[in-house]
Amino acid sequence: MYTQAMDTMGKEASDDGKKKVVQSADDMRLQERFDVHIDAGEFIEAKDWMPDHYRKTLVRQISQHAHSEIVGMLPEGNWISRAPTLKRKAILLAKVQDEGGHGLYLYAAAETLGTSRDQMFDALHTGKAKYSSIFNYPTLTWADMGTIGWLVDGAAIMNQVPICRCSYAPYARAMIRICREESFHQRQGYESLLTMMKNGTDAQKEMVQDAVNRWWWPSIMMFGPPDDQSPNSAQSMRWGIKRISNDELRQKFIDATVEQARILGVTLPDPKLKWNEEREAHDFGPIDWSEFWRVIAGDGPCNRERLATRVKAWEDGAWVREAALAHARKEHVKEAA
Amino acid sequence: MTTGAKEEWPLWEVFIRSKAGLDHKHCGSLHATDAKMAIQMARDVYTRRQEGSSIWVVPSSQIVANDPGDKDMYFDPAEDKVYRHPTFYELPPAVDHM
Repeated sequence: MYTQAMDTMGKEASDDGKKKVVQSADDMRLQERFDVHIDAGEFIEAKDWMPDHYRKTLVRQISQHAHSEIVGMLPEGNWISRAPTLKRKAILLAKVQDEGGHGLYLYAAAETLGTSRDQMFDALHTGKAKYSSIFNYPTLTWADMGTIGWLVDGAAIMNQVPICRCSYAPYARAMIRICREESFHQRQGYESLLTMMKNGTDAQKEMVQDAVNRWWWPSIMMFGPPDDQSPNSAQSMRWGIKRISNDELRQKFIDATVEQARILGVTLPDPKLKWNEEREAHDFGPIDWSEFWRVIAGDGPCNRERLATRVKAWEDGAWVREAALAHARKEHVKEAA
Repeated sequence: MTTGAKEEWPLWEVFIRSKAGLDHKHCGSLHATDAKMAIQMARDVYTRRQEGSSIWVVPSSQIVANDPGDKDMYFDPAEDKVYRHPTFYELPPAVDHM
């Protein structure tokens, strides 16, 4: 899964860019060296010098990406006990476990920048940190599982592959691992839908179409707002954190998905969607960005429920975390004695 | 919320040998209360697809590293010692596979 272009969310990002006026000669020299490294396409490692703003941008993006993986377990976890067969249940379990793992890779990558796991959890649990808006939509039927795999994970992969070349190496390494695992997510989703469309009853086919209708627009919103409304994109591009623009990725995703929808036998819910010979790409209808901003701001169909579930899981687990630590200390004392 | 005990589990670095005959390679880190738990968690987090046949974990605080600021001073002296590489030596074609 993925968190959409996080440059949409950090209002303070542009502010602290402006704040920085006075630089010492040392800092300027380090900054110059840093710029040369970036321009040469070289990686930045955890202990290397980096500008504050670069560090902050990465902490925000990586932690929000991690939060998205963790919250992303909730809409799917919902269906584990209701999967139609043992095979589908095992697949879904493996997928949800992957999302948990992806969250952990990413939290660890963010920690290399000097933030702590508790700080990040705290930001998530108090609502200070954002996560991908897509997880604030409900999963109403079994077809939502397949559709999330096909469209949501499909959009995620499109978004994530360029981050494997992110200039911050620990993030890039985590992304390589994630991308390798993610393609199973999309394929299992598509195959699950294909099974219903080929062998299913009319009601099941309608269920698939209904799921596609509900997930299509939120999926293409995952690429973030249009380029001309992404004020921090340019800086992220300059730093090699972001490699391909929101609009370009969105177009690529739409072009790839149209053929997949045709083979599946479903209609994408956009009457304006059609091939443009001249552009050699699909034209598509206007995206309702007011919905996107509303969901980001906390007013989507499931924001409160998701956060409450996550906070409850964290609080219910507190005694386990404390007991494990106490046990380890006791053992340590015993060993020393 | 048990806010009083906001204490993080220690951080561990994880090294995995993907199969017999290869080196253990650093693959990431995780939090665990002790070594046994770190190994168990490393298995779940880093080897869900048979990526490993052996796991090492080391407390992150125990890793000692050179100062990245001294990188150039430390590693550049090897740069001009091209004679340490076999390709530096030109031999007649008949014996060049040496």
